[in-house]
Amino acid sequence: MTSRMPLTMSPPGQTCRICDVCAGRGLKRRLVELGLTHNSIIQPIGCSRGCLLVSVNGTRFALGRGMATKIMVEPVCEGGAQIG
Amino acid sequence: MAEKIKVAVAGNPNVGKTTIFNALTGSRQKVGNWPGVTVEKKVGTKNHNGHVLEIIDLPGTYSLTAYSADEVVARDYILEEKPDVVVQVLDSTNLERNLYLTTQLLEMGTNLILALNMSDRAERRGDFIDIQRLESLLGVSAIKTVAGEGKGIDALLDSIVAKKEQNIPLPHEIGYGGMVEEKIYALEEIIKDDPEVFKHYPPRWIALKLLEGDEDVIKKLSSESIKGKVQDFLSAIDNEEYEVEMADKRYQFISTLMPQVCTTCAEEVSPSDMVDKVVTNKYLGIPIFLILMWGMFELTFAFATPFMELIDMFFGWLAAAVASNIETAWLASLLGDGIIAGVGSVLLFVPNIFILFFVIALFESSGYMARAAFIMDKLMYTMGLQGKSFIPMLMGFGCSVPAIMATRTLEDEKDRLITMMVTPFMSCGARLPVYILLAGTFFGRQAGSVIFGLYVLGILVAIVSAKLFRIFLARGKPSPFIMELPPYTKPLLKDSLRHMWNEGYLYLRKVGTVIITGVVLIWMLAYFPQGAEYGSAGSLIGSLGKLIEPLVAPLGFDWKIAVALVFGFVAKEIVVGSLGTLYGTGGGEALSSALMSDPGFTPAIALGLMVFTLLYVPCIGAVAVIKKETGSWKWMFFQAAYSTAVAWVLALVTVLVANLVL
Repeated sequence: MTSRMPLTMSPPGQTCRICDVCAGRGLKRRLVELGLTHNSIIQPIGCSRGCLLVSVNGTRFALGRGMATKIMVEPVCEGGAQIG
Repeated sequence: MAEKIKVAVAGNPNVGKTTIFNALTGSRQKVGNWPGVTVEKKVGTKNHNGHVLEIIDLPGTYSLTAYSADEVVARDYILEEKPDVVVQVLDSTNLERNLYLTTQLLEMGTNLILALNMSDRAERRGDFIDIQRLESLLGVSAIKTVAGEGKGIDALLDSIVAKKEQNIPLPHEIGYGGMVEEKIYALEEIIKDDPEVFKHYPPRWIALKLLEGDEDVIKKLSSESIKGKVQDFLSAIDNEEYEVEMADKRYQFISTLMPQVCTTCAEEVSPSDMVDKVVTNKYLGIPIFLILMWGMFELTFAFATPFMELIDMFFGWLAAAVASNIETAWLASLLGDGIIAGVGSVLLFVPNIFILFFVIALFESSGYMARAAFIMDKLMYTMGLQGKSFIPMLMGFGCSVPAIMATRTLEDEKDRLITMMVTPFMSCGARLPVYILLAGTFFGRQAGSVIFGLYVLGILVAIVSAKLFRIFLARGKPSPFIMELPPYTKPLLKDSLRHMWNEGYLYLRKVGTVIITGVVLIWMLAYFPQGAEYGSAGSLIGSLGKLIEPLVAPLGFDWKIAVALVFGFVAKEIVVGSLGTLYGTGGGEALSSALMSDPGFTPAIALGLMVFTLLYVPCIGAVAVIKKETGSWKWMFFQAAYSTAVAWVLALVTVLVANLVL
């Protein structure tokens, strides 16, 4: 619980774990369907004008910035094999 | 012959679903609509060991809730048509997420086969997927496939036949835990007496969807009193809580399944990273996109030229042959001035159309298309749309009809409406012949750049219009943007060629039907009344042209252009075809020189005409599909009137400015 932050604040390349999604029901469900759920591993790759490029479980997504601020993440150690 | 086996192919987007479909059906596809991008049902048939399979390609979806029009299409097909077998295509390198859709298909009681696609990639990185385990745990059949190389396709066909014969449609149930199950049971009790549900749908599935707050499912109930009871029941509980709980349970189910069926399923280190860093770069992204687009049109122009010359020569020869061999004056005129001149001038552009569609197919299948949406998101957002809207717009470069249908992937109704309204401004393939003729005639070596400029103008008008619509018609913010970017893949040459052929074939068919009718009609109007000189102001078409000439006279257009534009509403290629008929020259060189020598046809007028053709009311096919997709005459007429007004104003500006500059 120490270092939770919105996804937008996580530096590119930092592997993170999703701890919470603060969004309305429709959006939350959509994210779940796409595999962005509690405990998913997410890695920001870069950002273009207002839009984030992330990798979730190896799949590439484009995320609007508004949505990215609603996804709370915490960093996980690099090379942590127990990720699941 | 055995009875038909109905097979539906489902799956997440970007898992190679269309490739599997192509591999399953071979060349025997009935392209009911526009193929390549899965926006509409595609049906193919296949004979396999004496069985006839009818295979339907469903739109790619992540789940089967009623989130977007695509999902509703896929879901309703499974519910209403009850295919004998459903094949779900999965990405083996991303099994966990793909299994989410699997759980939903199982709950609907489908007879399911899993095609574990891209299995070579999974194996190469050391994943081992235990197929037998997966089959026994889920009660499905599973086959490993590599669609691009045709691996596993025969096994898949065998499995479909076997699955049909064994046919035990046993709905697989996920336990949702006491609290949720209680509600599911209560709902099942309420709806079980509804005659529609009783006849058609698995009651538990309906109950699940109701509990998830799926409004589309409520509509499926036929009894009003039961509907009322359901609504009372649902309003008494907190939907949202259940919905999240159920999604969690599904994932729990999947995550307990995963370690049992897949050992060493690892995180993928993607090779796309480097490429993505460049093409989606803050500064480089848009320039790279523009360069690619520009290259596309240069290529379309340059590659096609030799072929066009051949076709031109052929029609020239044909026209000469007709002129010297047919005695009857009117028949010679019908064939020569009418059909050969009109159709020939349109057929001339077949090479361009084929090359354009081929390049678009390459963009799509390589994964770049999705990046383009990503790059454009910021721009689109400031203009009141989201990045995803850019994909239908890009497809509009091919043809507006499938592009407008592709807006179904947009979840938000307002986003979708605005996208449909502006997509026709994207310059479609049918307008290309007009540019090629006019730009080629009047701008020589700069033709490529002029055409590129027209495409950019189309994009700009679309974007500005979107902004206006957002402000005045459909207020609100674009819905949040989230989109999967498929990994870059080597585009499959065969699939791109198939896409090119399918689209090109539609063009050819249009020439054979709509356009030939159009030019014959124009010829008749130009030939009669008897005694009048062919295509002159004294002919019927001349009178018609004179009648409408005042409408476009401020732009400097004469009656011939007016007529061409009127008939261009049928199909925009006809603008060229009717010029060919009216000048009585046929296409190509002859028409070019006729235009050049017409003092009323200046380069400024040519530019204005190109701008007008680009922007004015889309062809009848596109207008019809707007009516169908918006379900409203009002929006259809609005689009037609708005685009024509914009065309008129901008063409006027173009002509005035060009007169000063050129």
